[in-house]
Amino acid sequence: MANLSSSEALSHSDSGHDTHHEKMSFWSKYVFSTDHKVIGMQYLFTGMFMALIGGFMVYAFRMQLAFPGEAVPGFGNVSAGAYNALVTNHGTIMIFWVAMPVLIAALGNFLIPLMIGCDDMVFPKINRLSYQIFLLSALVLIASFFVPGGPFGGAWTAYPPLSAQAKFNLTPLGAPMWVIAVALEFVAFLLGGINFITTTMNARAKGMKMYDIPIIVWMIVIASILFMASVGPLMAGAIMLLFDQTLSTNFFNPEYGGDPVLWQHLFWFFGHPEVYVVLLPAMGIVAEVITVFARKKLFAYKTVLYTTFATGVISFFVWAHHQFISGIDPRMANVFTITTLLISVPIAEMLFVYIATLYGGSIQFKTPMLFALAFLAEFLIGGVTGIHLGASGTDIYFHDTYFVLAHFHYTFVPIAIIAVFAAIYYWFPKMFGRMMNEFWGKVHFWGTVIPFNFIFIPLFMLGMAGQHRRIYNYNHFPDLATPELQNLRIIATVALVIMLLFQIPFLVNFFVSMFKGKKAEANPWKANTLEWTAPSPPPHGNFKVFPEVYRPPYEYSVPGRKEDYWPQDSKD
Amino acid sequence: MLTHFIENASSFGQDIDSLFSLITILAGFWFILAELILFYFIFRFRRKKEEPAKYVTGEKKSEMKWIKIPHHLILVCDVAIVIGAIFVWVKVKQDTPPIDEEIRVIGQQWAWSFVQPGPDGLLDTADDISTVDKLHIKVDTTYRFHLESVDVVHSFSVPVFRLKQDAVPGRTISGWFKATKEGEFDIQCAEMCGLGHGVMAARIFIQSEEKHNEWMTASASRTNSTQLLATTPSQKNKTKQKQNG
Repeated sequence: MANLSSSEALSHSDSGHDTHHEKMSFWSKYVFSTDHKVIGMQYLFTGMFMALIGGFMVYAFRMQLAFPGEAVPGFGNVSAGAYNALVTNHGTIMIFWVAMPVLIAALGNFLIPLMIGCDDMVFPKINRLSYQIFLLSALVLIASFFVPGGPFGGAWTAYPPLSAQAKFNLTPLGAPMWVIAVALEFVAFLLGGINFITTTMNARAKGMKMYDIPIIVWMIVIASILFMASVGPLMAGAIMLLFDQTLSTNFFNPEYGGDPVLWQHLFWFFGHPEVYVVLLPAMGIVAEVITVFARKKLFAYKTVLYTTFATGVISFFVWAHHQFISGIDPRMANVFTITTLLISVPIAEMLFVYIATLYGGSIQFKTPMLFALAFLAEFLIGGVTGIHLGASGTDIYFHDTYFVLAHFHYTFVPIAIIAVFAAIYYWFPKMFGRMMNEFWGKVHFWGTVIPFNFIFIPLFMLGMAGQHRRIYNYNHFPDLATPELQNLRIIATVALVIMLLFQIPFLVNFFVSMFKGKKAEANPWKANTLEWTAPSPPPHGNFKVFPEVYRPPYEYSVPGRKEDYWPQDSKD
Repeated sequence: MLTHFIENASSFGQDIDSLFSLITILAGFWFILAELILFYFIFRFRRKKEEPAKYVTGEKKSEMKWIKIPHHLILVCDVAIVIGAIFVWVKVKQDTPPIDEEIRVIGQQWAWSFVQPGPDGLLDTADDISTVDKLHIKVDTTYRFHLESVDVVHSFSVPVFRLKQDAVPGRTISGWFKATKEGEFDIQCAEMCGLGHGVMAARIFIQSEEKHNEWMTASASRTNSTQLLATTPSQKNKTKQKQNG
């Protein structure tokens, strides 16, 4: 379907995508569609639905921590088993069923063909299969909440032997279903990744050279490569774990010569590149948004690209910083401290480039821009606190404390919540052909970003006080049961509830604007990239006439031009 | 800085706290600098009718220096942190000072067992004193611990010592600590170990030599009636060796 050669595509674009697709029934248009935009929307809505589940879980277990032993309104009593299941599935859902589908799959599917100027992914049916497997994986995970024995509660890292043997985890059905769900999700993203890489490499509009590809497309492609290269070992590990659980094999069982630490290596060999798999698309979103709303060319496009490559390569050599104290050879910690601190360099450089892009700009504070700037301000906190954990000496103390928890939430919330909101507010007009309400967007922004800090700064302090993770009631630990520390837990919980409540204006704004919002023009933000040359929303087939590319994507405020933007496809 | 949140009761805790301060100061400097510049730019370059945006590619040498200089400076900071981290790591986890006492620490779902030598001063003999969820030690004495697990992965964490080590089933992992302060503190399990992970709490009692010896004499008389909660692989081997010998 994609315009592998654009002249061919041009000729068949006139002859009838639109007429051909008008006859589609609701089912074939929205459920079994091969259109990249519909598949992107399917991923977005599934991700939003899973985020509601993950958000409800965090509400339940944070209430338990603030008011231990009291019934949580809307949930009931949180027992030790329920608490473990809640934190396990909150982590699993937010990473695999929210961050991944929204950042990679929804944005990748929706944006890549539009931003490189073609009509669809090169393998549309593989794309449809990818979503179907993803949906199945989500259903398996949700079903695991209701099986006898309860859902899996052995943490999202699923360390064996706990995860491998039902006599230890006491969830004979929940644990294998969790592994099956995660493995299916990997299959879905492998299929999606094939499409993102192949489409970007082969189906670009005429004239679009490598350095003319918008940063977000590069980021999603590199993230897909990282994912595909790192997930293989974990896939093997997941199958071994499933065999241990269901066929009583002993891959991870030390009683019969298996090695539990092997799983940790396989998991983190995937797990750490995975951090960059979700970080890179978020950095891409921010690049697109700040250039448009500061009317500035991206500072040093090539540097951004090269630092991204460097980050991708180094990310494969840092995994054991999750295992400093797990019983690996202690000399290994020295090697992995060096690689881990090395990766701070390209990431810091990328953030400096983004800040430098704002210099000399003409910054307009629309909602997407507010979220993009908040990403920079907040992600910096996540970045600098990572150094305490990457340095082996301090990690002895901080490993598995709330300091770790607060650190990675200061990276993942900016990535999967703040940057995603920037993307939704920014591309909403293109997705649905209507504008979102600015006032309620700003209410949502402040109501999200301020409480976010009040959740996690207290958790940093609890971590420094030596509070470990995944414990359902700190009253069992005299040193941690003091009123001062309990007050910090209550502040975090109250802030969380406020942050969750402020998502209601977003949901209302989102769904009301979808049907009743002001009609959007094709290019409401006066942006350069190709998706804005298609109608809003783009029809099946995307472009009336396939665009040709004449320049890089960030030519804003070029001297001597009347307009302060210069679309990639404009001849003059 | 860390002692503001939690006291330090071990000989190497101070090293970890100093490393924490070093990293916090270096990273904090870059953090504050970056945030100040970010917010200054946001404020200074907000949209004004009379001031259009500049066209800066960021690819000229004079512009690139704004990225390159901080890049090199951060690399220098990283080197300082790496040296500090390795220094502390080697001291805590790789080197072992002369050992005064040996103990065995065994994690299981969901309790900690501690075995220490009885009056004969030797581990793995009949007069060993074993305790559950209570670890009694002497102040200013260097202990070597042998950490084991009988079921799943646990993690032996004593926050006031800044000490943590995973207990992996099938392995015996050794480490050391030296308490510098008397008192009573928490021991936590720091690795998810199943349903009772949240109640896998223990206490460490650090006492002067005299008080500790009093405790030991009192416990040694009871020791025959005390049964070990679980037998560990290494103990099984020991019994086997005894039988063979």
